[in-house]
Amino acid sequence: MNAFLLLGLGGMVGVLSGMFGVGGGFLMTPLLFFIGIPPAVAVATEANQIVASSFSGVLAHFRRRTVDIKMGLVLQAGGLMGAALGVVVFNYLKALGQVDLLVKLCYVVFLGVVGGLMFIESLNAIRKSKKAGGTAPAPRRQRGWVHALPFKMRFRTSGLYISVIPPILVGVCVGILAAIMGVGGGFIMVPAMIYILGMPTKVVVGTSLFQIILVTGFTTMLHATTNYTVDIVLAVLLLIGGVVGAQIGTRIGVYLKAEQLRILLALMVIVVCVKLGLDLLLQPSELFSLGAPGGH
Amino acid sequence: MRKLLLSALTAAALALLPQSAAQAAKEEVVLGLSQDRVAITATFDGSEILIFGAVKRETPIPADEPLEVIVAVSGPAPSVMVRRKEKKLGIWVNVDSVLVDSAPAFYAVATSAPFAQVLSDTEDLRYRVSIRRAIRSVGAAMHIRGAQAFADAVMRIRERNGLYSLRENTVAVDQQTLFRTAIEMPADLTEGDYQTRIFLTRGGEVVSSYETTIDVRKVGLERFLFSLSREQPFLYGLMSLAIAIAAGWGASAAFSLLRNR
Repeated sequence: MNAFLLLGLGGMVGVLSGMFGVGGGFLMTPLLFFIGIPPAVAVATEANQIVASSFSGVLAHFRRRTVDIKMGLVLQAGGLMGAALGVVVFNYLKALGQVDLLVKLCYVVFLGVVGGLMFIESLNAIRKSKKAGGTAPAPRRQRGWVHALPFKMRFRTSGLYISVIPPILVGVCVGILAAIMGVGGGFIMVPAMIYILGMPTKVVVGTSLFQIILVTGFTTMLHATTNYTVDIVLAVLLLIGGVVGAQIGTRIGVYLKAEQLRILLALMVIVVCVKLGLDLLLQPSELFSLGAPGGH
Repeated sequence: MRKLLLSALTAAALALLPQSAAQAAKEEVVLGLSQDRVAITATFDGSEILIFGAVKRETPIPADEPLEVIVAVSGPAPSVMVRRKEKKLGIWVNVDSVLVDSAPAFYAVATSAPFAQVLSDTEDLRYRVSIRRAIRSVGAAMHIRGAQAFADAVMRIRERNGLYSLRENTVAVDQQTLFRTAIEMPADLTEGDYQTRIFLTRGGEVVSSYETTIDVRKVGLERFLFSLSREQPFLYGLMSLAIAIAAGWGASAAFSLLRNR
């Protein structure tokens, strides 16, 4: 594998993640599939790389005190359970020879849903801003059921007094995604924190980064110890490209409008989703694949 | 009388000579390798091994058929899980698998003339020289129909990736005595002993063979990381995390320094 290709890939995704303020795992992992890295290795190595980019990001949020540590710890508790569950499923399907399919299917579904929603939402936002010149505040979701649950806990930084069950469930879901897809899961967690948990927007990103570090770190350890798929050299190359790219991307992002940025990101997500989907739907040129014997 | 006996013995010995010489190999390989070990370093991007040698013989060159040379280099042969996809519910899914129990990770055959001309089928069967013969699928689950298709897939995929190759007319033979060829090895080599066989043939029959091994090993950083990941996976995982955290912290610190300036 060419080192410069990997550096460039890391840099490119880094620029995008800086521009759009996303982790980039959900773009990097499919790109690694496209250049021929086996999905199992791509997922495990990408989890390791996300530790680096999230750590870099969370430091800035700690300085600004926009991390709800208590909420983060509760989410992490769920995240660790989810990650463990995800790795068990991952290894079971790997033994059956179906792990590539699982990972790709997850990507098609999630990228399709997230990309589609983001695209529609930002189209609407652009249309509204053209018509009225200002956007009406989005109606708050009904959060009655969240308040009805037991085991309430006070989260001072977020100014919340809610049950720990919803954050733990959110954590579990994100942990499973981290283990199976090699993503931080920010694109699921951020909306969940805002709409389901009702956390204030300013602490959402910092808290999600804080949670992601531990969960992806744990995922890295699980993959490294159970199926030896963490490739340290690959991770370092992606990392170097990634951190440099992210800083460049942040600067480019300043010159673009938020809606334009989101439409671009949505389009990109959809392109990757369609490419992955076609790989599953169209007859592959080679029906056979080789793998190491293992498991069964 | 004595003299007569002696000359009779000499005649008998002379008459016997071609036969006994034919029983012992009358043509033997004397071999040289440009390197007998290949070190896979972190920056390894393939290697070319020069294999050269001479044919040692005590008798004149037989006039009948020209001497041909085959060089076969074969990597370690672990078993391989081959999976086949089929369309299920509209998407392509792995449906069945066969364990091909011995398939070399690398196999190159270089010959001095077209393969069919150099080696007969029966000799190929005996010495397992051609790519097809070198791969066995004894352990294949025979309840799966067309197990041969799976073995064929191994050959097809590895041929496409440059891991298996038949290089006809790439051995240069000079005066039926000196021969040389260069075997290219790709960047993603598997570690192990690479068995190198050299066959001398005449009219499709093997007249002599020679065997040696080329040692392919990971060295340096590559070796260290590989063995660490297998033997101390926990430590390896921690190290990956430490590197990730250090890099994340380093990037954050470096760029905030840049910004403050």
